[in-house]
Amino acid sequence: MSKGVSVGNKKANLFPFSSWMVVFVLIPIALVVYYAFTGVDGFTFSNLKWVYTYRSTLWLSLELAFISTVICLVLAYPIAYSMSRASARIQRNATLIIMLPMWMNFLVRTYAWMTLLEDTGLINSALRAIFGMDFPGLHLINNHGAIILGMVYNYLPYMILPLYTAMTKIGDSLIEAARDLGASGAQVLGKVIMPMSVPGVISGITMVFIPSISTFIISKILGGGKDFLIGDLIEDYFLGSSGVVNYNIGAALSLVIMVLILIATFIMNHFDKDASTSGGGSVI
Amino acid sequence: MKKLLNIYNALIGIFLYAPIFVIVFFSFNSGTSRSSFEGFSLQWYAELLEDDLILRSLYYSVVIAVLSALIATVIGTLAAIGINSLKGWKKSAYLAVNNIPVVNPDIVTAISMMILFVFVLGLFNSMEMGFGTLLIAHITFNIPYVVLSVLPKLRGMDQNIYYAALDLGCPPMKSFIKVVIPQIMPGIVSGLIMAFTLSLDDFVISYFNSGATFQTLPITIYSMTKKPYSLKLNALSTILFAVVLVLMLAVNLKKPQKAQKKA
Amino acid sequence: MENKTHIIDLKNISVSFDGEKILENLNLSIKDGEFITFLGPSGCGKTTTLRVIAGFLQPDSGDVIFENKNINGVPSHKRQVNTIFQRYALFPHLSVAENIAFGLKVKKMPKAKIDEKVQEMLKLVNLKGFDNRMIDSLSGGQQQRVAIARALAVEPKVLLLDEPLGALDLKLRKDMQVELKKIQQSLGITFIYVTHDQEEALSMSDTIVVMDDGKIQQIGSPTDVYNEPLNAFVADFIGESNIVDGIMKEDKVVEFSGHVFDCLDTGFGKNEEVDVVVRPEDVDVVSPENGMLTGVVTSVTFKGVHYEIIVDIGGFLWMIQSTDIQYVGDRIGLQIDPDAIHIMKKSEYSGTFGDFSSYSDEFDELSDVNAGVSREDEEDE
Repeated sequence: MSKGVSVGNKKANLFPFSSWMVVFVLIPIALVVYYAFTGVDGFTFSNLKWVYTYRSTLWLSLELAFISTVICLVLAYPIAYSMSRASARIQRNATLIIMLPMWMNFLVRTYAWMTLLEDTGLINSALRAIFGMDFPGLHLINNHGAIILGMVYNYLPYMILPLYTAMTKIGDSLIEAARDLGASGAQVLGKVIMPMSVPGVISGITMVFIPSISTFIISKILGGGKDFLIGDLIEDYFLGSSGVVNYNIGAALSLVIMVLILIATFIMNHFDKDASTSGGGSVI
Repeated sequence: MKKLLNIYNALIGIFLYAPIFVIVFFSFNSGTSRSSFEGFSLQWYAELLEDDLILRSLYYSVVIAVLSALIATVIGTLAAIGINSLKGWKKSAYLAVNNIPVVNPDIVTAISMMILFVFVLGLFNSMEMGFGTLLIAHITFNIPYVVLSVLPKLRGMDQNIYYAALDLGCPPMKSFIKVVIPQIMPGIVSGLIMAFTLSLDDFVISYFNSGATFQTLPITIYSMTKKPYSLKLNALSTILFAVVLVLMLAVNLKKPQKAQKKA
Repeated sequence: MENKTHIIDLKNISVSFDGEKILENLNLSIKDGEFITFLGPSGCGKTTTLRVIAGFLQPDSGDVIFENKNINGVPSHKRQVNTIFQRYALFPHLSVAENIAFGLKVKKMPKAKIDEKVQEMLKLVNLKGFDNRMIDSLSGGQQQRVAIARALAVEPKVLLLDEPLGALDLKLRKDMQVELKKIQQSLGITFIYVTHDQEEALSMSDTIVVMDDGKIQQIGSPTDVYNEPLNAFVADFIGESNIVDGIMKEDKVVEFSGHVFDCLDTGFGKNEEVDVVVRPEDVDVVSPENGMLTGVVTSVTFKGVHYEIIVDIGGFLWMIQSTDIQYVGDRIGLQIDPDAIHIMKKSEYSGTFGDFSSYSDEFDELSDVNAGVSREDEEDE
C-alpha cells in the first residue's frame, strides 16, 4: 500500500517541480559554493580566511542562537504540555492565540519591544512610577539580553506548536496505563511524556535555532547596532549597507552557516532515530 | 500545580501580546512619539490612507502573494502526486531537495537566488530586479510548503479509490479530478493558504530580491523604520491585525458547527 | 471451440517488481459464469493476478485474453470487468447513491435510468433507504454492500473481489459469504475471488486456484483440492493434515511410519519416495493391540464437535480428530483405511511441514506484521 497512485504520467507531474528546483534552488546553492571558493584570481581559500577573522562574530551568533533556543524550549514545554491535555475547544483557541501575533509584521513588533525596553520606555517608566525612583543602572536595551529577548519573542511559537503536536499524539490511555502501572506524576512526565515528545523537541529546536542563527534585523533594532551577527555580515557583503560589496566573502559566510546547520540537522536526525524506535514520529 | 501552570500560561500570554498591545495603543497617539502617549487621535489612520507608497506596496504584496501561492500550489500539488508514486532513494532524493528551502535559513536562500539573478540579469543590460525576480523567489520558497501539506493527504488516502474510478469506466484524467482531487483538497487549500501567508509576510527573501522599484509591504515598512519611526506603521499593523483576527474568529466559529453537522 | 465457454484466459503471465518475480509464467482459463477463487498466503501473487486482469498492472510478458480477444493494451477503464477492492475504496466525498451512480454517470446514462438502477442495486444489497447517507457514517458491512452495488451497477461480465470480507468480523463474514454466493448465482456472472481464508474458498467456490510463490500449485473443485492435494503445500494450506514421508512399495501399497498400508493410489514408481497425507478426521482410534500404528497421547483439546488429540508416533506428532475422549499419557492404536490415505509426488515443499500441520490464518497475519508489510507492497503495485 505504500506505493502510491500513479496518476497520469509520473514524469510529467514531476517535471515542473524538478526543473524549478534545479534552476532556483540547486543551481543557486552551487553558485554560493562557487563564489565562496573564488576571487578575482580564480580559485582561492582567502574567503574562508576572512570568515576566520570573523570567528568572534560567528561564535556570538552561535551563542545567542543557542541560548535563545534553550530558553524557548524551557518556556514552551509547560505550555505545550498543558495545551495537549486540555479540551479540544481550548486547544483550538490556544493555538489561535499563539499564532495570532505572528500575523503582525515582525519589524513592527520588534520596534514595539524597543518602546517597551528603552531607557525612557514603558517598562522603565512603569518601574519609576511604582517605586518613585530612577533606576539609572537598568538598561534593558542595546545588549545581548535584548537580542535574545527579541529572538525568543519572535520564535517562541515555532517551539510551542511542534511540541504541542508531538504531545497530542501521546494518547490519554498511555498516560493512564503508566499511572495504572504505578508511575507517579513525575515518573509519567519523565518516562512517558518526555521521551515521546522528543520528535517535537527536535523539530522545535530546528525551527528556532535556524532563524535565530541567521537573523540580521533583531540585532540591529534591539542590539543597538553594536553587536554584529553573522546575518548582519552577510547582508552587508551582499547589499553593501556599510559600503563594501563582496559576494565572495558573503557566499563563504553563507556556506559556513549552511554547513553548521547541516551538521546540526545530522546530529538531530540521529537523536530522532533513537526516539522514533521508541514509538515517536517526526512532526515535520 | 494546575493553578501554577495556568498562571504561567497567562504570563506567557502577556509576553506574547505586550508588543501587540503597545502597537495598537500607540496607533491612537495624537503625538509623534512611539513611547509617550499624548492623547487619543485617529490622525495616523488618516495619514495612512493618504500614503501612496504604503498602499501601493500593500497592493504589490497582495499581487505577489496571490500569484506566487497559486503557481506554487499547481507545481507543488503535481509534485506531491509525483513524489507519492515514487519509492526508495528516488523518493528520498526528491524530498531532500524539497526540504532545502525549508531547512536553509531565509538569508541563505535569499542570497543564493540573488547571486543567480544578478548573474543572469548581468547578461542582459537593460533588465534589473523587480516584479519578476520577486515572484520567482516567492514561488520557490512556497513550493515546498505546498508539497509538504499535500503529501500527507495523498498518503492518508485509500490509494485504491483512483483505481476504483478507473474500474468504473472513468478515464484517468477525469478520475483524478473527480476522485483524487476532492480527497486531497484540504491539503491543497492549506498549502495555498500557507503559501499566501508566507509570501505576504516574507521580508528577508524579498529584501534581497526585489530591487529598488518594486517593493512589497514588509520592505516598505523596513525602509520606513530606518527613517524617523512613523506611527502610521502602528495604524497599518493594527488594521491588518484586526482583519486577520476577524477572519480567524470567523473560521474558528464556523468549524465546530461543521463538525456537528457531520456527526 | 473449447474456448467458447472461457471468458478469460491468462497465457504465460509474468510480473516482477525490482527484480523479484511476483508471477512466474502463469496460465489459467476461467469459465464463463463460474465462481473461481485465488487462494494462497499473502505475497503469493493472487492480488497481482487480479490487478493484471483488471488492467491496473501491465504484465512484463504474457497475454490476457477476454472472450477470445487479446486485451493487453486495453486500459482498465475500458475493460468489462469490475473490482471490489480491499477496504472497498468507496468515494468518501460522495453519498451512497452517488457512489453507486458513479460508473453510470461516466457512461452518460440518462438520469431517470440511473435513479432506477441505483434503487435496483440498493435493493439487491439490502440497503434500501440508504441513498443519502455518507460513506463514513456506514458500518463495515454496509460499506461492503455499497461496494458490491457500485461494481454491479455497471453490469460487468466479470466481478473481481480482492479479499472483500477481510475487514469484517467472523459472524458478518459468514453472512456475507452466503449473500455473495447468492448474488453470483442470481446474476450468473463470473466472480473471481481472492482470499487467504481456505474455509471461505472451500465454501463459496466452484473452482479453487491454490497459489504460492507466484505459481499455481493446483486448480480444482473444492473437494478435489481438499481430498486430492497435488503437493504438500496444498495439503498443508487447505485443512489440517498429517504429512509424512513414505515409500510406494507397488501400486496400492505404501509404507510409512514403519508400517505397510493398503491405499488406492496407483501410477508411482516402485519404491518411489512420496509424501503421504492423512486427514485428522480420517483416522480411527482403536486399542493399541489392534492399531496399525501406536503412540502416546500428548495433548487433548475439546473442540465442540470433536476432540483434537495429538499423538506421538515414533517422535512424529499426529493430529487426530475423534468424538471419543482420550487421556494424556494413554497409549492408543490408530487405524487408517485405504481411502483415508492420499499419496503425493515429492515436491519442493516436501519436508517443510514438520509434525501435523494446520495452516493458520492467525500465524499468517502475525507474520504479516513483520515480513508481510513489504510483501504486501510488492503485491499491490
